[in-house]
Amino acid sequence: MNNVLGIIIQRLLLGLVTLLIVSVVIFVAVNLLPGDFAQLILGQGATEESVNSIRRDLGLDQPLFVRYFDWLGGMITGDLGTSFAQLNFTTGLGGVNNVTVLDQILPRLSNTMFLAGVTAMIAVPIAVTLGVLAALYRNTVFDRAANIATLSSISSPEFFMAYVLILILAVINPLLPSLSNIYDGMPFGERLEKTMLPALTLTLVVTAHMMRMTRASIINLLASPYIEMARLKGISPMRVIVRHALPNALAPIINVIALNLAYLITGVVVVEVVFVYPGIGQLFVDSVKIRDIPVVQACCLIFAAAYILLNLTADIMSILSNPRLRHPK
Amino acid sequence: MHGISRRSLLKTGAAAGVLGLTGMPLRAQTKGGKFTAGLGGANTSDSWDSRTHSDIFMIASGHGTVFDCLTEVAADGSITGELAESWDASADAKVWTFKLRQGVTFHNGKPFGADDVIESLQMHVGEDSKSAAKPIVSAITEMKKVNDHEVELTLAAGNADLPYLLSDYHICMFPAGQIEEAIQNGIGTGLYQVQSFDPGVRMVATRYPDHYKGDSAGFFDEVEYVAINDNTARMNALMTGQVDAINRIDFKTEGLLKANPQVRIQEVACNQHYTFPMHTNTAPFDDMNVRKALKYGINRQEMVDKILLGHGAVANDTPIGPANQFYAADMEQLEYDPDKAAFYMKEAGLDSIDIDLSASSAAFEGAVDAAQLYQASAGAAGININVVQEPADGYWSNVWLKKPFCACYWSGRATEDWMFSTAYETGVPWNDSFWVQDRFQELLLSARAELDTDKRREQYTEMQQIMRDEGGTIIPMFANYVQAVNNRIVSPDTVGNLWQMDNARMAERWSVA
Repeated sequence: MNNVLGIIIQRLLLGLVTLLIVSVVIFVAVNLLPGDFAQLILGQGATEESVNSIRRDLGLDQPLFVRYFDWLGGMITGDLGTSFAQLNFTTGLGGVNNVTVLDQILPRLSNTMFLAGVTAMIAVPIAVTLGVLAALYRNTVFDRAANIATLSSISSPEFFMAYVLILILAVINPLLPSLSNIYDGMPFGERLEKTMLPALTLTLVVTAHMMRMTRASIINLLASPYIEMARLKGISPMRVIVRHALPNALAPIINVIALNLAYLITGVVVVEVVFVYPGIGQLFVDSVKIRDIPVVQACCLIFAAAYILLNLTADIMSILSNPRLRHPK
Repeated sequence: MHGISRRSLLKTGAAAGVLGLTGMPLRAQTKGGKFTAGLGGANTSDSWDSRTHSDIFMIASGHGTVFDCLTEVAADGSITGELAESWDASADAKVWTFKLRQGVTFHNGKPFGADDVIESLQMHVGEDSKSAAKPIVSAITEMKKVNDHEVELTLAAGNADLPYLLSDYHICMFPAGQIEEAIQNGIGTGLYQVQSFDPGVRMVATRYPDHYKGDSAGFFDEVEYVAINDNTARMNALMTGQVDAINRIDFKTEGLLKANPQVRIQEVACNQHYTFPMHTNTAPFDDMNVRKALKYGINRQEMVDKILLGHGAVANDTPIGPANQFYAADMEQLEYDPDKAAFYMKEAGLDSIDIDLSASSAAFEGAVDAAQLYQASAGAAGININVVQEPADGYWSNVWLKKPFCACYWSGRATEDWMFSTAYETGVPWNDSFWVQDRFQELLLSARAELDTDKRREQYTEMQQIMRDEGGTIIPMFANYVQAVNNRIVSPDTVGNLWQMDNARMAERWSVA
């Protein structure tokens, strides 16, 4: 077990370094984009005077590295800062604002996690079951059909799948709402209903990957001698796969599931826009549009952390699921 | 409601009080129910600070629902009192007295009075103020509280339009001494009080029980505005009945909306216009003949047909549109005439000329296409327009006012003076053509302080002619506001054309069928 703990600590430290690099890259990249917060928030109304006044208020007139280390200093002490947009409102009133980046991001993040959770609840069982069945009935009509269906849904752009689902489930058969404007304090049942269409869309997008990995890794194992042994013992094909092949195929499957979960947290902007789902993706895009660096940085760190942690979890899980790795010689 | 001229309003401001209370159609409106609108134009950076409002979501939520201004532009374009009951101007339109409505309370119970007016106005003029209404309010040199329900405002120079200017959606009334709190929680005197507000996501407000507009406005129990910036998502939400109204219809899918019997399309001719300003202080645009050649080299009708798909009207190189009081509708229209354009090129001593035209979708939807149409039509006269496609990001900072010929848009203003003094007065920061014309400037100043409507009409008509003939801005088209409403909601016959969605006052004027 010490071995696992060592890996966790080592990976977490490496993760921190990764986050630091990500933050530098994002900071520089956002600054390379044309226009800054002051110009973009003022739009057509950007006179030199007002632009300079906003820059002065927000410290945007400071050199890049000074601003970065200011931000980093805050970050290390757990203060993600206040978004430029929020700061901009209160200056001139002499007020202290209490809406921090964290206050802005947390409700959005929890919405995104909710959507990712619902999607995973639907997609993972479906994908794994389909994968197992496809392996069991490989090269049959069922296998081909499952492959064609999942591959076509992953090959179409997300927004297209979203509109197809809206057409079928909201317009022709009004079963589900096409508008997923969930909010705080919405009853769970209603929330679930409103989340259903985006979750189904994402299910279509992520299922293929997980299903094909399940199928491939199981089929890979079916050639092993111990499977042959099991078969010779006269065990039913289903049991061979579920009892003997699946546990050994878990590592790659878990890896793919983790990757897809990370995608669900970081990459669903398009689906959020189509269904008007108030997740973190929209907040992120809005913030990039106005170069609201504190929010962009925080979002990026969350995205990067999600990848790092989910990958770490996947690795740990594969070690735990494999006795040979659990007890190395 | 008609037949009350600006002058008689100015003279007998008492009428405004009556108008304010009865500015509603006479048929009975059903009370109650919930109204949900899906609005584009929302941002995560939105707040209740009306100084920063710039797009329809916050204009409708602030000015249209939760907050009030001193005055209000009625759907027919006339000015009525909102929190001001009546007003009076000195003969030179320099000193204005506003009598405030009594018995008005903010949503937190604080009574409304003169102090609130003065403090709310001062929000816009602090030294570091970034308020978009700064130019309006900074023209007021003195704000005096006469008594609790009367304020006297003194202007640096006479301005007959002050009541119109004070209806600006930036100049909402906040409770004195609690402005910060009011901005955080949305505390105004409007018909509805905020229940929840999630910037860039949604706003819910319920009817304020003892509102001074009483039974004459604000018929819903509850209104909800959902932020839907995506065109298709907005249309889906309306088609599936999840919202009752949406703004900014995508013209390409208009047919689908028309086919839906539950939904009606509302189209209003308005002042929103698209422009191509030229820097008149820069060669070759400093040459009047070149400008004239360019004015005749553009095919305005083709732009209305192809860029707006018919949802608009040709413009005549003036920003004064159908929603203005002194719109010179019968002024002779500039037509596409390559021969005349070629003639003016010859006058300028040129056979052909190469001009860069910068455009981006940030200026307006289809700006690059419009520039290409212009390129094709002007080519016939030897004007070679090279369309430079600029990035949408930072367009207003890096291209507009910087490049000598570019695409731009204006949402228009309620009054002629406001529009002219924003973008065409000599030396103002947004004079995007850097245009200076002495007669125009002289008329602008004299019309501003003129209280006689007939004289003003004459002056503004002449100004529009000067702009058409000599101005440095090509204004090819006015773009209509096109929005759609579910038939379970009724709206008055006259729909406001100053801003989208009935001047953003859906919550006030519409009701359940």
